[in-house]
Amino acid sequence: MRDVAVVGFAQRQMKELDGSPTCLEILVPILADLYEQTGWTKSDIGFWCSGSSDYLAGRSFSFVSAVDAIGTLPPVMESHVEMDAAWAMYEAWIKIQTGEVDSALVYGFGKSSAGILRRILALQLDPYTAQPLWPDTVSLAGIQAREGLEKGLWDEAAMASVVARSMSDAASNEWAIRRGATSVDQVLAQPLYADPLRRWDCAPVSDGAAGIVIAAGDKALQARQRPAWISGFEHRIEPIALNARSLVTSTSTAAAGAAAGVDGVDLAELHAPFSHQELILRSALGLADDVRINPSGGALTANPMFSAGLNRIGEAAKAIWAGESDKALAHATSGPVLQQNMVVTMAASIKEDS
Amino acid sequence: MFHFCAMAPSTEQRVLHAPMKVEFDYTRSLGPVLSAFMSALKQHSVLGGVLADGRVVVPPPEYDPVTHAAVTELVPVSDVGTVLSWSWVADPVSQQPLEVPFAFAQVLLDGADAPLLHAVSVPSASDMATGMRVRVKWAEEPTGTIRDIAFFEAAGDDASDGSASMEFGAPEVTGIVSPVHLAYDYAASPEETKFFRGLAEGKLFGQRCPVCEKVYIPPRGACPVDGVPTAEEIELPDRGTLTTFCVVNVPFQGQTIPIPYVSAYVLLDGADIAFLHLILDIDAADVRMGMRVEAVWKPRDEWTTSLDNIKYFRPTGEPDADYDTYKHHL
Repeated sequence: MRDVAVVGFAQRQMKELDGSPTCLEILVPILADLYEQTGWTKSDIGFWCSGSSDYLAGRSFSFVSAVDAIGTLPPVMESHVEMDAAWAMYEAWIKIQTGEVDSALVYGFGKSSAGILRRILALQLDPYTAQPLWPDTVSLAGIQAREGLEKGLWDEAAMASVVARSMSDAASNEWAIRRGATSVDQVLAQPLYADPLRRWDCAPVSDGAAGIVIAAGDKALQARQRPAWISGFEHRIEPIALNARSLVTSTSTAAAGAAAGVDGVDLAELHAPFSHQELILRSALGLADDVRINPSGGALTANPMFSAGLNRIGEAAKAIWAGESDKALAHATSGPVLQQNMVVTMAASIKEDS
Repeated sequence: MFHFCAMAPSTEQRVLHAPMKVEFDYTRSLGPVLSAFMSALKQHSVLGGVLADGRVVVPPPEYDPVTHAAVTELVPVSDVGTVLSWSWVADPVSQQPLEVPFAFAQVLLDGADAPLLHAVSVPSASDMATGMRVRVKWAEEPTGTIRDIAFFEAAGDDASDGSASMEFGAPEVTGIVSPVHLAYDYAASPEETKFFRGLAEGKLFGQRCPVCEKVYIPPRGACPVDGVPTAEEIELPDRGTLTTFCVVNVPFQGQTIPIPYVSAYVLLDGADIAFLHLILDIDAADVRMGMRVEAVWKPRDEWTTSLDNIKYFRPTGEPDADYDTYKHHL
């Protein structure tokens, strides 16, 4: 396997982007940030891959407009996934592993506020027996949360402590949408929004975009002194039928974590759009109690569709660059109620883990 | 069938916004398992699939999730069951089973071993409880879809175990139609907004790339060649050169212009990108590459933030442009 590292990360998110769903307006400065961080230009990038969805934009082939942000003459090698850009990064990582390219720029974007997000996401369900009922994202998460509550797997206080810690940590994240020092009591004092969930148990609807640069070996060292070397990169999927899997455990996260290797991780960025989902993920990954969880505030404080998973990887990599972590884990999810899960581990040193 | 409609935009905000609806029907054929399941629903009967381990699952999967073998045995289960978990929907969204607050629930039907996700109609969240007994409320008009179960309603504490549903005839439902209605607030980019607001004033705005100096109209926000923001604004005249064209001879649904007519790329003077518009006031047979054309605007009081303000382009009568002046724009 080639040693590949994360060397650049830029993000923008907001409650509502008053602009086009192509998100070109925020992608252009993100790419400019990434060039500045790496000292590279367009010609240093071997492969481009993005994550977005036409259902969010409300128009077909919306990702084609976003390619304008790259500048494509001479033509570039480019691909797209209809998933969170964390999966676009997986494709880019594989591309680098083939030896065809040494570097890649990955980006994701989405304007969730253009439609009713919890409704639009019903379109990712089984199209025969589930989608025609339009089960919205919040309701499915509510069913999942109640099952865990009533089986005694977690309680309201545990969910509230996830919310309080996330919002408090997000106070120092300039891109977080819901942030500020918050206590468990303040969370529990909120009214129920979708019984058993409070509004703060659910990630805010968020618009945004993010980009990451990854590169192999010496190319990575060219861009950054202390790159975040990828030591494990795995993803797993569970059945689409909601009655064919347990909703209160995450076997796909557990399998991806076991394959990627979670030993020695001191920080984890978990993509949990609902508070109780963080509890499921922590349990599936078997993280030790002293592992720092979501110091960025996580997806509960900003959850831009198609880049929130990539943000987890970027935030974890940033902690390594800054010397705040020696081995960090990032998790991304896609699909309804944690159907698909990805685990990336990154380390400050290649020798330790490769 | 695909409908797309955008209504008149508002002009209050930083960028132009307009409500937009996207509507289409997914027509899906069914395999043998779902065909039998939907056919039974149409006759007010619920079928479960029997898996290799003997468990009965509703809705029936087409393949066993463990052995991956095709599921072939279907058995009727009750239309009464027990709520395993639920979530309150205080603010239902369009096309959900109920328009008033209700619960989505996992319902374990008597005789089944895995729950069915569906709606439960009760007056308020305080009327819902895990473990409560619920019964299918059948839709008035059967359609052979999961919506034949309109929703579940409380079966009452004294409800005994539901009995297995009646036998049903041969499968008759072989496909379903799922109507999808999506509504968006569609926003233009700041550059598109400048362009469309300019049109409302009878002006044509483009942007110049700071690197290659090409002028784009409509403006794009970034140069697709260089990937840099295109900040410099350029006002362009409403006349230019026809670079290439096609004669439309084929009638189609929604056609408003009598055929034959000419659809052409017009390169405005000073622009580097041509855009598509209509050519009239000339016989289609006389239209040619290099022809000089000018915009014919609607009356000023009909102008909106739309390219439709230009009804069409017509010949100016000037001599044709040299091929060399537009050959790079084809």
